[in-house]
Amino acid sequence: MTPLLEIRDLRIEGRSDEEWHPIINGVDLTLGRGEVLGLIGESGAGKSTLGLAAMGYVRDGVRISGGSVMFDGIDLMNASTEEKRSLLGRRIAYVAQSAAASFNPAHKLIDQHVEAPVRHGVQDRGESIEDAIELYRKLRLPNPEEIGFRYPHQVSGGQLQRAMTAMAMSCRPDLIIFDEPTTALDVTTQIEVLAAIRDIVDQFGTSAIYITHDLAVVAQMADRIKVLLRGDEVETAPTREMLDHPREDYTKSLWAVRGYHRPEKPKPGPESVPILAVEGVTAAYGEQVVLNEVSFDIHPGRTVAVVGESGSGKSTTARVITGLLPPRGGVVRFEGEALPPSYRQRSKDQLRQIQMIYQMADTALNPRQTIAQIVGRPVRFYSGLKGRKLAARVDELLDQIEMDPAIYRDRLPGELSGGQKQRVGIARALAAEPRLIICDEVTSALDQLVAEGILKLLARLQDELGLSYMFITHDLATVKAIADEVVVMKEGRVIEQGPKTEMFTPPHHPYTDLLLSSVPEMDPDWLDRLLAERGVEALGEAATDKM
Amino acid sequence: MSLWIWLLGALAAIAALAWIGLWAARRLSGNAPRYRDMSYGVAFGYALALAAVAAGVWLWMKPGAVYFRWAVMGFAVCAVAAFLFRLAGRHLGPERLKRQFRKMPLTAAFGILVILIYAFVAIFAAWIAPHGQEAVLGAANVVPGGDPAMGGDPAFPLGTDRIGRDILSRLIYGAQNTVGLAFATTLLAFFLGGSLGLLAAVVGGWLDQVLSRGVDVLMAIPSLIFALLLLTIASVWADGARGLLTFYMVLIIAVIDSTRVFRLARSVGIGIVVMDYVEAAKLRGEGMGHLVFREILPNAMAPLLAEFGLRFCFVFLTIASLSFLGVGIQPPLADWGTMVRDLAQFINFAAFAPMVALAPLLPALAIAILTVGVNFVVDWMLHRASGLKS
Repeated sequence: MTPLLEIRDLRIEGRSDEEWHPIINGVDLTLGRGEVLGLIGESGAGKSTLGLAAMGYVRDGVRISGGSVMFDGIDLMNASTEEKRSLLGRRIAYVAQSAAASFNPAHKLIDQHVEAPVRHGVQDRGESIEDAIELYRKLRLPNPEEIGFRYPHQVSGGQLQRAMTAMAMSCRPDLIIFDEPTTALDVTTQIEVLAAIRDIVDQFGTSAIYITHDLAVVAQMADRIKVLLRGDEVETAPTREMLDHPREDYTKSLWAVRGYHRPEKPKPGPESVPILAVEGVTAAYGEQVVLNEVSFDIHPGRTVAVVGESGSGKSTTARVITGLLPPRGGVVRFEGEALPPSYRQRSKDQLRQIQMIYQMADTALNPRQTIAQIVGRPVRFYSGLKGRKLAARVDELLDQIEMDPAIYRDRLPGELSGGQKQRVGIARALAAEPRLIICDEVTSALDQLVAEGILKLLARLQDELGLSYMFITHDLATVKAIADEVVVMKEGRVIEQGPKTEMFTPPHHPYTDLLLSSVPEMDPDWLDRLLAERGVEALGEAATDKM
Repeated sequence: MSLWIWLLGALAAIAALAWIGLWAARRLSGNAPRYRDMSYGVAFGYALALAAVAAGVWLWMKPGAVYFRWAVMGFAVCAVAAFLFRLAGRHLGPERLKRQFRKMPLTAAFGILVILIYAFVAIFAAWIAPHGQEAVLGAANVVPGGDPAMGGDPAFPLGTDRIGRDILSRLIYGAQNTVGLAFATTLLAFFLGGSLGLLAAVVGGWLDQVLSRGVDVLMAIPSLIFALLLLTIASVWADGARGLLTFYMVLIIAVIDSTRVFRLARSVGIGIVVMDYVEAAKLRGEGMGHLVFREILPNAMAPLLAEFGLRFCFVFLTIASLSFLGVGIQPPLADWGTMVRDLAQFINFAAFAPMVALAPLLPALAIAILTVGVNFVVDWMLHRASGLKS
């Protein structure tokens, strides 16, 4: 039997600076009927481009320069617009990364759902609506009869992603391309979506290409895995084989990333004065109370990880500590002294002591300033160094973040990679010679290998300079790697806190347990086991609770 | 009625042409993807373009269509000049400049060429112009063209006006007066609107409210009528002092136009203020000056520069309009708006003596070309700015 999708020696180029640059250099891909292929790689590896090319589609400014794409005997490279139109949506469907951005906010979900079946003449509107409700039920969406009649903004992110999967299923396609469908979701929500996608693909025997950068996720979903690196295929193997015996060095390095682990530092003595003490802080945006009686300490030289799902108040806590959001109640103490609530009232020295590193390095660095200006400004502002001394200090800081001053001094942020930008963000924080650095999701926008480099750098700087970190993250793997203490937050409250080793050994608070068990593991059977433990029915109810 | 029938008939013919052409192209090319995937709408567009070209050729052949032939020739000359200018730019000068020219579309090259020429003429008007702008030279109403048989005079290639002033010289001095004043006014408008707008964005709160509502009030009044009103009052204050009146005019137009700049600067600024690097600077304890001029202004430069070009055109047209209405630049200073008004009656001769009607069209053309040129450059800068963002 011929494979459903066969891509041979596909070459794709993208246009920038008036020149064509290769994005994909001759990749082969074969997908059998009912098979799920996982496509993994770092950002810029060409995963999404390859996924779209499997539909015979390329984005603007990108062209296919060679190779062939055969879908069930149809040559997609040479198919007419009419032929493609009859295939897309009906036999090939696409699920995008951000369902929230992909649904049209002006129409109800059901109206967008029925569009493809009605246009393609598969079903009439009435049949299609009934079918949609059936699909919503299969995907375990709460209130399947009614949820379709809502607008996208009235539905949560995880539910939208499932609604989008249902929409892709509406014509019972032969092939669905999932482009990072769970990347933007919290871990607890991710489980529901993963389970739903896997079940429905199983039930209808649909073939799928599952694109992601998360190895643990792809291990649950795919029959076979293909690893891409800068537009080249690294290797392809069945999932279990790939996980147990990766052949290539690059694959091994990807697998090894999760192995980074920093031993927990000994507990501070009872006489140790916390460098930062958050005491009963309550904060609100207008009438909306977002922090409720939050208290925790950070002792000198230690890393405190604050974890929780989006909306749990992690970043708001950071805003209160830095003084951007004066609290409604409670106090923040720095080395025992109460800090003024607003940053405007704080002294230059108080401001200097607490620095921040941001999640999006793109928006954290002024795009019109050179690296030397960005790093040099705090040095000059706080210490008043000028001229040659200032330049020497900037060079020293760039050395500390392992970037060659001779090369990078005069570059603009736009000329750096994501990881390098994040390093410059660290250098800017270091330039103030702070005691405490607040790291707000600093690794979540980075590829795993790069993120590991950043974590190691932060650990080294802590050892050398005796820094304390408040590490805000939703990624428990990062917490395991770097934290000494963990603070778990939910809906603006601290649920549980304690040293890392205690937190990661049972018994836990039920919410901590839910968080911990939801982190995907590099074991193809993990999701099955988890679902069996929790019980699939319970999952459906959990989804209803979240409404 | 028959015009409508003609029009419908032509449209039907074009539609048929498109259909036949598409069908033939598909047959002849063996269903090549290019024609196979071409929709009927695109084919209709091609047919329409073809019809337009045919109509142009037919018009060119017609003996009476003098202005059309001039327009086509003028367009061709401009295109060639722009092309040569770009070619020169690509091979002369420092490497950075060459790189800019290599990526430049022809329209932008034309715009830059026009701006350079206008700037040159405006700066060196006193040396270029054959006569003074106020000099009355005897022969009045000399026809442009310099052909004595047609009523021209070789000494005045573009003719003279009603009281015998050389039109060429007045055009050249007009560049100095109109463009120079427009430039000064725009600069002032940007200084006012830009700094207040960014300040409103950074400080926010009541200052933003006061400034924005004030701007709303100013914008609610039709700008030209408002300017006329204020200028009438100012002319009483100026009490006949010409220089003072011009100064008032610059001030009034600058204030009125600064409202638009304020709006833009504020909205661009608000987008930048929420960036993490501004937050980082605030948390560092930086003062307002650093925030506005070091962190925000450099990132707001691209849209502000583009707006500068557009605003310059509007200011320029406003001055020309006010002069045309008689309250702008005062005679005997040469100004394009005033010149259009003074020579306006000659437009009546357009039907039978094209050369005579040229006189009022020349200053209007000078205004139009500069406006088009500046807009071309602005388009290009906007395009580059949006491309650089990613």
